[in-house]
Amino acid sequence: MTGTRAVTSPRSPHVSRFPRALRTRGGLSLRVDARAALVVLALLAVALAASVALVGTGDYPMSAADVLRTLTGGGTPAEEFIVRDLRLPRVLVGLLAGAALALAGAVFQTVSRNPLGSPDVIGLGQGSAAGALTVIVLFQGGTTAVAAGSVAGGLASGAAIYALAWKKGVHGYRFVLVGIAMAAVLTAVVGYLLTKASLTDATRSTAWMVGSLNGRDWDQVWPLLAACAVLVPLVLGHGRALRMLEMGDDAAHALGVPVERTRLVTMAAAVLLTSAATAAAGPIAFVALAAPQLARRLTRGSGPGLTAAACAGAALLVTADWAAQRLFGPDHLPVGALTGMLGGCYLLWLLFTERRAGRM
Amino acid sequence: MLVDSPPPPSPAPATPARRRGVSRNAARAAGLLLALGALLLVTVASVAVGAKQIPVDQVWHGLFHYAGSDTDVVVRDVRVPRTLLGLLAGAALGLAGAVMQALTRNPLADPGLFGVNAGAAAAVVSGISLLGVTSLTGYVWLAFLGAAAVSLVVYALGGTRGATPVRLALAGTAVTAALNGYIYSVELLDSAALDRMRFWTVGSLASANADLVGQVAPFVVVGVLLALALARPLNAMALGDDQARALGSRPALTRALALTAVTLLCGAATAACGPIVFVGLMVPHIVRSFTGPDLRWILPYAALLSPVLLLGTDIAGRVVVRPSELQVGVVTALVGGPLFIHLVRRRKMAQL
Repeated sequence: MTGTRAVTSPRSPHVSRFPRALRTRGGLSLRVDARAALVVLALLAVALAASVALVGTGDYPMSAADVLRTLTGGGTPAEEFIVRDLRLPRVLVGLLAGAALALAGAVFQTVSRNPLGSPDVIGLGQGSAAGALTVIVLFQGGTTAVAAGSVAGGLASGAAIYALAWKKGVHGYRFVLVGIAMAAVLTAVVGYLLTKASLTDATRSTAWMVGSLNGRDWDQVWPLLAACAVLVPLVLGHGRALRMLEMGDDAAHALGVPVERTRLVTMAAAVLLTSAATAAAGPIAFVALAAPQLARRLTRGSGPGLTAAACAGAALLVTADWAAQRLFGPDHLPVGALTGMLGGCYLLWLLFTERRAGRM
Repeated sequence: MLVDSPPPPSPAPATPARRRGVSRNAARAAGLLLALGALLLVTVASVAVGAKQIPVDQVWHGLFHYAGSDTDVVVRDVRVPRTLLGLLAGAALGLAGAVMQALTRNPLADPGLFGVNAGAAAAVVSGISLLGVTSLTGYVWLAFLGAAAVSLVVYALGGTRGATPVRLALAGTAVTAALNGYIYSVELLDSAALDRMRFWTVGSLASANADLVGQVAPFVVVGVLLALALARPLNAMALGDDQARALGSRPALTRALALTAVTLLCGAATAACGPIVFVGLMVPHIVRSFTGPDLRWILPYAALLSPVLLLGTDIAGRVVVRPSELQVGVVTALVGGPLFIHLVRRRKMAQL
């Protein structure tokens, strides 16, 4: 984990003076971390700027001013169509999926107490992929059926990992290792399904497995939005408990956190978030792994920093999608390929710095 | 593991201490003969069982009185190369796993789980798509390159000090995930590569032919000999570098040679049959449960029993979904995953 920071008090000038508490006379207090708040605002600004740029990118380029004018209802009918029907859903799926994946990643990293314990490493991505491929290859299902298969696969693998890792409670390491075994088994299943497929289905499956925002429409936005509307507040509501869980089960228990229940609820929510995002955009690599770490480094916070992580995920995915289109031409390279390559570099860096710091 | 956990209780009956060593060694040697017998049995079964069942006398006929009948052709050109490849790849994966477990002192080490296979696969897919490589000779060298690169990375991450099995396994999985993302991207941009790669990435013996076997055999043989020769120095290194040096072994040289052996074995096996997970993990664990931690016994047993496992799962894959077949990489994963989970649940991980 990143370095721990001393608990700050207003009277110690040597440590950061950002966190302050607002207190009322009645004894209520609200902890305000100004640095975290600034980081969240900055990340939101990046996400919005990238969104506007992304809406303006494509075969019919539009300037940022045109995009904003169209969004506020002042565009020509053609512009209205392009923005509302073609490009806005893609951007919204990107923002929501990025936030959902990052939030799920933050939960898993906290629960497994390991910066590598993200949903795509421990088999949820492979579970979703196996579910979606089953639908594509064996039933030749349409888009909605593939999404349903992906959610079913993600949920089933999440439940199986939890059940198999259960032994008087679920501990982080056992959960992660069971997840790794699951990931290996599911990878083999995915490979087998690919050999069963026709070349057309295999190409479609591979395209799905890389993770892409190409050609998303409102049919993908609404379910994802609904899932986020329920699950994001649920996870954020457990932020304090998660922060304490990071100190270890015993400490958290002593501080009054219902350890196993917190773990079950937050992990279930994270599995659902991952599945919903994967159903909409495919198993996009490394956002869940990298975004929470990025947020943590920016805020220099000691806890999971859930809000900042979600904003970082949204900003990361939309920026990556914009960059992929800019660098490789519209719709040539799916965004998952770009996040995969960036994520690979990030991962090597993480592994080596963790190792040098003696944390590996 | 070799240091931290006590050897599992031996099933041998309690005898006076002086005689126990002798009788245990005799039992282990007899067990080695049994393993050899099992290997012979499974070899014969692998030639005889398949989409077309071939009686043993016909197998004999095809091997030694080749007359060009359909059965003879199946035996000579399909079943025998496939079986030989299974023998070579099985021995290679099992020994590589055993050496990796000793070298990294990590009981969860497996070429597949540590990403060595994925490294080989990534190099092969790059060669197919970017360099237009189509020949098997090209695959083999590329696979070596990829396997060597990932072995070095994983070793740099966890070879010497402080890396817990959990984190090392995580690192391997994450490296695999990154490489898989790359592989999928390349396949997606080049559908001809996808068509060739999707059969290779699943891990199968079905594409075996005499040329392929001839190509990988020298690498596997050298790797096997090297690995077997390293048993004693690797045993010494289990005591720690200082102790090993005091006993007259040279840790740096041993590490370099062990890495070379792992690279040769994984590279050859992966180049020939694609990535196969869990064989290198399962067999050394099973073997260690009855030999104890001495690598002089573990390595020969692993070399004999890994092909038994690989050929056995390959035969099972040919039979269960007849007339189609299940690739051996799928079957080993389906068998190995649950065993891995069992290992994780059974042991106290802090001690591994």
